[in-house]
Amino acid sequence: MSVLIDKNTRVICQGFTGKQGTFHSEQAIAYGTSMVGGVTPGKGGQTHLGLPVFNTVKQAVVETGANATVIYVPAPFCKDSILEAIAAGIQLVVCITEGIPTLDMMQVKIVADSEGARIIGPNCPGIITPGECKIGIMPGEIHLPGKVGVVSRSGTLTYEAVEQTTRSGFGQSTCIGIGGDPIPGTSFIDCLRLFENDPQTEAILMVGEIGGTAEEEAAEFIQSEISKPVTAFIAGGTAPKGKRMGHAGAIIAGGKGTAAEKFTALEKAGVHTVRSPADMGKGVAEATGW
Amino acid sequence: MNLHEYQAKQVFAQYGMPVPNSRVVSSIDEVATALQKLAGEHWVVKAQVHAGGRGKAGGVKLLDSIDTVKQAVQQMLGSRLVTYQTGEQGQPVNQVLIEETSNIGRELYLGAVIDRASQRVVIMASTEGGMEIEKVAAESPQKILKTVINPLTGLQPYQSRELAFGLALQDEQIKQFGVLLNGLAKMFIEKDLSLVEINPLVVTGEGHLICLDGKINVDDNALYRQQELLAMRDKSQEDERENRAKEWDLNYISLDGDIGCMVNGAGLAMATMDLIKLCGGEPANFLDVGGGATKERVSEAFKIILSDTNVKGILVNIFGGIVRCDLIAEGIIGAVEEAHVNVPVVVRLEGNNAERGSQLLRDSSVNIIAVKGLTEAAEKIVAEVNK
Repeated sequence: MSVLIDKNTRVICQGFTGKQGTFHSEQAIAYGTSMVGGVTPGKGGQTHLGLPVFNTVKQAVVETGANATVIYVPAPFCKDSILEAIAAGIQLVVCITEGIPTLDMMQVKIVADSEGARIIGPNCPGIITPGECKIGIMPGEIHLPGKVGVVSRSGTLTYEAVEQTTRSGFGQSTCIGIGGDPIPGTSFIDCLRLFENDPQTEAILMVGEIGGTAEEEAAEFIQSEISKPVTAFIAGGTAPKGKRMGHAGAIIAGGKGTAAEKFTALEKAGVHTVRSPADMGKGVAEATGW
Repeated sequence: MNLHEYQAKQVFAQYGMPVPNSRVVSSIDEVATALQKLAGEHWVVKAQVHAGGRGKAGGVKLLDSIDTVKQAVQQMLGSRLVTYQTGEQGQPVNQVLIEETSNIGRELYLGAVIDRASQRVVIMASTEGGMEIEKVAAESPQKILKTVINPLTGLQPYQSRELAFGLALQDEQIKQFGVLLNGLAKMFIEKDLSLVEINPLVVTGEGHLICLDGKINVDDNALYRQQELLAMRDKSQEDERENRAKEWDLNYISLDGDIGCMVNGAGLAMATMDLIKLCGGEPANFLDVGGGATKERVSEAFKIILSDTNVKGILVNIFGGIVRCDLIAEGIIGAVEEAHVNVPVVVRLEGNNAERGSQLLRDSSVNIIAVKGLTEAAEKIVAEVNK
C-alpha cells in the first residue's frame, strides 16, 4: 500500500512536448512510472517518447484510461489546464509549475473540491511512491521503498529529508510535495489523514516553513486524529519579517507565520521536532525508537 | 509588489472609493501649482515611501502656508526616510503627496487580504483605526470584524450592512460604506491584489467617509496581466542587489550577518541559514540559485553575494536532483575563478554524482573546501569566518 499513487496509476503529461514536459517524462518513464500519453493542443496524433500525443485531456482519458496528470505548462495557462483535467474526470492533478496567480488557484481549488478531484501543488516537486510511480521532478534514485510518509512544502529540502530516511534504511511509503504557494491544492492535513489510513506508513515526517498557519492547523489535527509518530522540521527560523523567502507563501506577515510559533504548536501536539535540517532522519528514529 | 500611497489612492478613485483631493509632486517647482488646485488653508504633506510608520518618522506634516509646504517638500525630496519598518538606510523620497485636510470625526480601519486558512478573500474592519492592526488583533481580537467573500457570489449587501452596523455607522454613512466596500471587493479581484489597507478610514465631522491612507500589495504572480499596476513599480524603493539578482533569475534577500549562502531551492536555502545560526554563525543573505545552476548564474550569484562587504565567507549547499553535481562543481570552479572570490568558500554537494563533484572541487586549483555533510559544512564555514 501507499497513498494516492502506485504502480497501477496511469499518468498523462500536459505540456508533454515542451522542454520540461519532455525531460521529466523521460525521467518518469525510466523510473518505471506508467506514463500512457500526453497532451499538447495542435499536436494530437503525433508520437512523442514512444507515447501518443492528444489535443485534449478528454481524448487522452478516453484513449488511454489515464487517471492522473502532471502539468508543466507555463503559469498563465495552468488554471485552464487544471480545469481541463478535472473536467475530463481526472482525479489526481499534479501541478509542478511555479508562479500561478493566487486568485486563479482560489477558483481552481473550489472546482476541484466540488468535483472531488485532488490537486497536488502548484509550485511543488510532485509526488512519488518509491519503486512504483514517480510524478514530478524529484530525483528518483534517492528514494527507497519503505515506511515513512514524507510531506513537505519545499523541493530540495524534501530531497534532503528523503535522502536522510533512505540512508537510515527506513525508506518512504509515499512522498508528497504540497508546494510553496499560499493556496496549495492539498494541505498538510489532507496528507496526514492519508498517511494515518495507510498501513504501509508507520511514521510521518513533515517539513514545513515560515508563512501562513498551515503547520499550526496540522498540529491541532495531529493532536486529535493522528496515532502514528510524527517528526517535524520548520525552515526559516532566521528569516526576517516581511520578506518573501523565495516561495510565494514563505513570508512572515503581520507578525504571523514565524518558525518559532510553528515549532511551539507542533511540540504542544506531541510532535517530535528537530531544529537542524541535518537531523530529520535522526528525528524519525528518535520518534519511533527504530 | 507594493504601491505608493498616492498610487493606491489613484486605484481607489477608479473604483469609486472616496479619497481626499491631492496632488503629487516630485520637484519643488510643482508645489505652487499643486496648492492652487487644492482647497482649504491647511494641507497635509506626506513623503511617499514603501514603508509604514511615516508619521512618527517626520514623513507626514500638517502645514498652513505655501512657504512652509515648500520648505517641507524641499526637506523631504531627495532625503531618505527612516521608519521602524525600514532598515537603518531608510527609503528614498522621490515624490511627496500634498493633500486637502479632512475634518476627522472617527478613525476606522478597513482592510482586505487573501486568508490562507479559509482560502478566500476576507474583509476586515475595526473601530480602532489609526492603530497598528496587528496590535489590535493581538490585544483585542473581538474588535476586528471579518467577512468572507464567496468567490461565486462576490460581496453581498448584507455583508456590508453587517460591517457598517458593527462599526456603528449611521444613516447615509451606511450607504456610502456599501458603495466603498463594493469598490474594494471589485478592485481586489480585478487587480489581483494580495493586500489592501485603509488605515484610517475616516468619518468626517460632516459625516462622510473618506480613505485617508491607502496601502496596496499586488500579487507578483499576476503582474503579467496587470500592466497598469506593473507600470507603477518604483524600483528605487526596492533593494538594488535583490533586483540585480532577479535579472539572473536568482532569488536574493540581504540579511545582517557575515556568511554568504548559495543554495538551490528556497526551503533548503532557509534551512541552510537556520543551520548556520545553530552552529553559531550569522547568515548574510538568502540566495536560491534555482534548478539550472550554470557557471554563468553561479558566477553572478558569487558577485552579488560579494557585493555585500560584510561577507567574510561563503557556504554553497547544492542538492543535485536532476542536475548532476559534477556539472555544478565545474560551474562553481569556473565561477570562483571568474568572480575573483577571495574569501573562504565551503561547498557541500549532495545527490546525483556528488562524489565525483566533490573530487573535482578537491582537485581544482582554486581554494575551495569541499565537505560531505550538511552539519559539517555549516561548522566549517563558521570556523573559517571566525579564524
